[in-house]
Amino acid sequence: MTELLVAKGLAKAFGPTNALVDASMSVRAGELVAVMGPSGSGKSTLLHCLAGILKPDAGSVTYRDAELSAMPDSERSALRRNDFGFVFQFGQLVPELTFLENVALPLRLGGMRRAEAERSAKVWMDLLEVGDIASKRPGEASGGQGQRVAVARALATEPKVLFADEPTGALDSLNGERVLRLLFDAARQTGAAVVLVTHEPRVAAYADREVVVRDGRTQDVELVA
Amino acid sequence: MSIGHALLGLLENGPRHGYDLKRAYDERFGHDRPLHYGQVYSTLSRLLRNGLVQVDGTEAGGGPERKRYAITEAGVTDIDGWLGTPEKPEPYLQNTLYAKVVLALMSGRSAQGVLDSQRAEHLRMMRALTRRKADGDLTDQLVCDHALFHLEADLRWLELTAARLDELRVVST
Ligand SMILES: Nc1ncnc2c1ncn2[C@@H]1O[C@H](COP(=O)(O)OP(=O)(O)OP(=O)(O)O)[C@@H](O)[C@H]1O
Ligand SMILES: [Mg+2]
Repeated sequence: MTELLVAKGLAKAFGPTNALVDASMSVRAGELVAVMGPSGSGKSTLLHCLAGILKPDAGSVTYRDAELSAMPDSERSALRRNDFGFVFQFGQLVPELTFLENVALPLRLGGMRRAEAERSAKVWMDLLEVGDIASKRPGEASGGQGQRVAVARALATEPKVLFADEPTGALDSLNGERVLRLLFDAARQTGAAVVLVTHEPRVAAYADREVVVRDGRTQDVELVA
Repeated sequence: MSIGHALLGLLENGPRHGYDLKRAYDERFGHDRPLHYGQVYSTLSRLLRNGLVQVDGTEAGGGPERKRYAITEAGVTDIDGWLGTPEKPEPYLQNTLYAKVVLALMSGRSAQGVLDSQRAEHLRMMRALTRRKADGDLTDQLVCDHALFHLEADLRWLELTAARLDELRVVST
């Protein structure tokens, strides 16, 4: 399998806090990688560096042999929009927009016309079993439903890499597993790689392998799938 | 698993032959450990001796495999009692993992290494069970989930212990 995304020797500090000290990991096309580790160990920071949302203080992130930090901002945003999808740990949907408009948003930002974007958005919402609340707004539905919509939105652009930070955080066990299955099945179908941050071993067990973060350092536990 | 109670429970749906019981048991409970015919017939003869089942009919020929078994009143009372009595929770106090960590610390070996390799092994097993769950029916899912939650508990303990190794090093050495 080809290495799609490679991070080497990442370091990132927020003031006096060393969130990442020496983190390295790679993601191959189409694989599911779980990022695990205790709270505060640097998982979200690592994910944000991998996705080009945060700029590391040291180290490099390369996507298809292009170094993210060497790209002009416009190119990096285009890459994020076209090739990456995100399900964030905290607040992510635009509260003023309906769920359908939220899911269609990244498609419209990519230049798709409204009717087409909303048609496509509806397909993904149906797949995540939230098609029936398309006209509601985030304040009018449960956290778990919002989470499913967020997953639909991340999948709608058919990204090459899907970054998901605790995507089942707001869900109970049965619901969470259902969303995970839908997410992973969709990723397998579209060939997307998934980088999934979780502290739950049962969630990590859906992945092909895991990377453990402790005190800002990674341990890439190479496991036979 | 009390095989006797499981067989009684299966017989509550109606009389069955021994081989039929074995098949029903294996389908539901015997995924990893199917019953031997010997176990089935020795269990049935014990249930028969205790009056919990009776022979409901015998085909020509003889031998245990010709007999059809039915549950008795006493058998129904027995299974009532069994289902109504909670299982004793496993105390889990005899922990090999704990001993390995302490001995690694005492001997100056890498306790983190012990924890890390155990963690990888546990997750490997969890991945296999998760795959089996994905391909399986509801029975598979419930059986695998039970195992997955237990393995997850072990992993949480491994994580917590990893975070307390420095403390443990002080008291162990
Ligand atoms: N924007 C920020 N400003 C200041 N400190 C930050 C910021 N983001 C993260 N940190 C700090 O960096 C460290 C790593 O945070 P990070 O969010 O990466 O952890 P995490 O592993 O995702 O934790 P959790 O499991 O709780 O989500 C923590 O000590 C955190 O407080
Ligand atoms: Mg986080």
